[in-house]
Amino acid sequence: MIGQGISRTDGPIKVTGRAAYSAERQDAGPTLHGYILGAGIGRGRVARIDIAAAEAAPGVRLVWTHENAPEQGPAEGIEGDMMDRTRPELASDRINYYGMPIAFVVAESFEEARAAAGLIAVEYELEPGAFTLSGFGPDLNWRRPSQAGDIDQAMREGPVTLEETYSTPYHFSQPMELHACIADWRDGHLHLYLTAQMVNQLTTGLGKTLRLDPGAISIDSAYVGGGFGSKIVLHCEAVLASLATMALGQPVKLMLTRRQIFTLVGHRPASISRVRLAATPDGRLTALGHDALIQVRTDDAWDEGVSSVGKALYASPNRLTRQAHQALDVQPGEPVRGPGELPGLMVLESAMDELAEKLGMDPIELRLRNDTQIDPDKRLPLSGRRLADCLREGAEQFGWRDRPTRPASRRDGRWLVGYGVASSMRGHYQTSAEVLVRIEPDGFVIVRSDMTDIGTGTYTIVAQVVAEALGVPMSQIKVELAHTKHPKGNGAGGSWGAANTTVAADRAAAELRARIAVVAGTGYNDIFAEVRRHFPDGIEEIGKTLDNKDDPNYRTHAQYTYGASFAEVGVDIDTGEVRLRRMLGVFAAGRILNAKTARSQLIGGMIWGVSAALQEAGVLDPRHGHWVNGDFAEYLIPTHADIPAIDAIMLEDFDDKANHLGVKGIGELGAGGTGGSVANAVYNATGVRVRDFPITLAKLLPGLP
Amino acid sequence: MTATPRLPVTLSVNGETRTLTLDPRVTLLDALREHLLLTGTKKGCDQGQCGACTVLVNGRRINSCLSLAVMHEGDEISTIEGLGTPEALHPMQAAFIEHDGFQCGYCTPGQILSSLSVIEEIRAGVPSHVTGDLEAPIPLSDAEIRERMSGNLCRCAAYPNIMAAIRDYLGEGA
Repeated sequence: MIGQGISRTDGPIKVTGRAAYSAERQDAGPTLHGYILGAGIGRGRVARIDIAAAEAAPGVRLVWTHENAPEQGPAEGIEGDMMDRTRPELASDRINYYGMPIAFVVAESFEEARAAAGLIAVEYELEPGAFTLSGFGPDLNWRRPSQAGDIDQAMREGPVTLEETYSTPYHFSQPMELHACIADWRDGHLHLYLTAQMVNQLTTGLGKTLRLDPGAISIDSAYVGGGFGSKIVLHCEAVLASLATMALGQPVKLMLTRRQIFTLVGHRPASISRVRLAATPDGRLTALGHDALIQVRTDDAWDEGVSSVGKALYASPNRLTRQAHQALDVQPGEPVRGPGELPGLMVLESAMDELAEKLGMDPIELRLRNDTQIDPDKRLPLSGRRLADCLREGAEQFGWRDRPTRPASRRDGRWLVGYGVASSMRGHYQTSAEVLVRIEPDGFVIVRSDMTDIGTGTYTIVAQVVAEALGVPMSQIKVELAHTKHPKGNGAGGSWGAANTTVAADRAAAELRARIAVVAGTGYNDIFAEVRRHFPDGIEEIGKTLDNKDDPNYRTHAQYTYGASFAEVGVDIDTGEVRLRRMLGVFAAGRILNAKTARSQLIGGMIWGVSAALQEAGVLDPRHGHWVNGDFAEYLIPTHADIPAIDAIMLEDFDDKANHLGVKGIGELGAGGTGGSVANAVYNATGVRVRDFPITLAKLLPGLP
Repeated sequence: MTATPRLPVTLSVNGETRTLTLDPRVTLLDALREHLLLTGTKKGCDQGQCGACTVLVNGRRINSCLSLAVMHEGDEISTIEGLGTPEALHPMQAAFIEHDGFQCGYCTPGQILSSLSVIEEIRAGVPSHVTGDLEAPIPLSDAEIRERMSGNLCRCAAYPNIMAAIRDYLGEGA
């Protein structure tokens, strides 16, 4: 059962429109509707705000600003867990970023709330803001350094060296389901129907903000329309809808608009990287340096680990990776799929391609020559290090031997054709999680976990694992997820959800088998008959996983997942238009739980890599600090027409250091270095190296042959 | 405070006559979702940029977020709820499940309605940006299908699997 490409169990209700996502839930009955008014400046304060006309508008039930919003827990500093912080809204007249909520309207209908918000008159006191990531300054406070040997000396000695600067733009997760919440305050308990990747993790910060015991908060996220990191931390829709239902005693629905999701939900920070590489003439790295400058806010330093990928990807005796911050007046950064490694690998794997050309080497051979079985940073054996297998298998399947060895040397009609390759790597993390498995005498198994299914296939893979563990058909397993009342895991994020949840579920099932065996032996045919006989009220167990820091295997082995991606692009000789022609990814990510859903998730991640290389960039107005292209018409994400057939191959794998099921994660791995493979293919096609992502027509055109 | 004026409108939704009294600012999308509780039609951007709200009006697909409900007096509206049920799936719905043409499922109703419309539009000879010969019958090529499906965004990026589902459906002799 484990590993089979079984179709999603939630498929039938999703393809027929029956799955109810947060704002579609009818549990609370008819709701009032909220609408947020966001600040029209990037930094300053609200000097005067007049809500009289809005309050008098039809259907309006309340209008809040910083002058009359309910008291909330005060904002906390950046120390401590990002997940547990308060998030007070409308708490002062300060405006820290463009679009920050300055007023909130609740009305009987969405149309009335939106219209009333437009009647609010605001006068601002504008302050100059910092909106441009300017580059490495003289006084850098380096963070997260990982060092070995002397990189400066190695760069002086060479003999073959590369030193280049690369930049990556702001990215946004932008899942298709709008961030939304229905809040229902009922009998002293707050019920939230919220679109979230983690549910129990949100109750601490929300409780502190609302001055409510976390035990009085329930969050239900049964179906989530994508997340990609943006539905991890607490946002204003949950806070404002909760405050309003508590004030009015009626359920309140608040959906952010698509444009608001570009300002009220975090982004992947922009970065500037300086990469230094040195190698012997036969391609052995003697220096690997990656300095990254990351955009942050001073009061919320989400530190995108752009430089971290260089710590363990390749061996080099002299190595230095580190990053510095520049604070700008934009909203706090947040996890976006492939945090750190998506931009970091796109940069480092571009640099490796440049080095290969300087060396006159096949880029795959350069990577193989610097492979390592020991984590250069942690100095521990790498478990499941199969980067070389991914590169070799991919080269064979993709037909790498047919690549144009000289840049700009192949034409197909009006298209310049090029091939590119890049490595992928992603840390494997485990957190403490609990899952309950219960065998009912009536012939059903119930699995309960607060883990979410954000499109990741959780409902399906959990049923597969428990079906195999108990020897029961999947049709007799009911998986109940994504509610704070269920045993606590760590939700969907960081690519840990599948392993956490299935390992804990499998352990619960093993405990159940052991208990049944004590009274029934092991030779029974019908587990439900034994349960009816010996446990007439049913039988249940909770299985657990340990956090990384408590698991001995994490002290003896460095755990990652690996991949290699191969891209063929065509570049229009006249316009510079880049078209992806075909793409292959090969991955070693531990045991695969479901061949169908895993392949889909990897391909989806790869398309994120394609998009990062060629399309996606949040453009911040350097004068006013607003997102110039904050909607789906202007912030370009791939469409059907952009994407040809893409394949992902998963190597037969099993990482016994990860857990007893051999499972790791795949949510971020597909994105990994895929952008680098596209960038390298564009160079191979044109001979033009673009180091300022994304690679758009305007950047290619001046250099086209 | 004056009350919001409301207007009556009668729609035929999935073959059923529905009469509503609506604020004239209510979009067709919100009439379906908030007033008829047909939430299979999704709100992904509310400004005509993502296709999640695709429905058929008198047989043609539109973005229901860009159309006011009161403009549709007497119109026949077809939504995902009218296509198939979990117990009796439309063949295109079954193909989406078989080929994993979705992950989170939020854009999926729009993708499915669009994919059926795209096939009809090609067969009816409606040209697209990639159509070469406007005189000849239009082929059901991957390029034609991808071009016409491009108004339906999928952030999970299930595009290759959606194409596989559409191809499979066509192979079944639709």
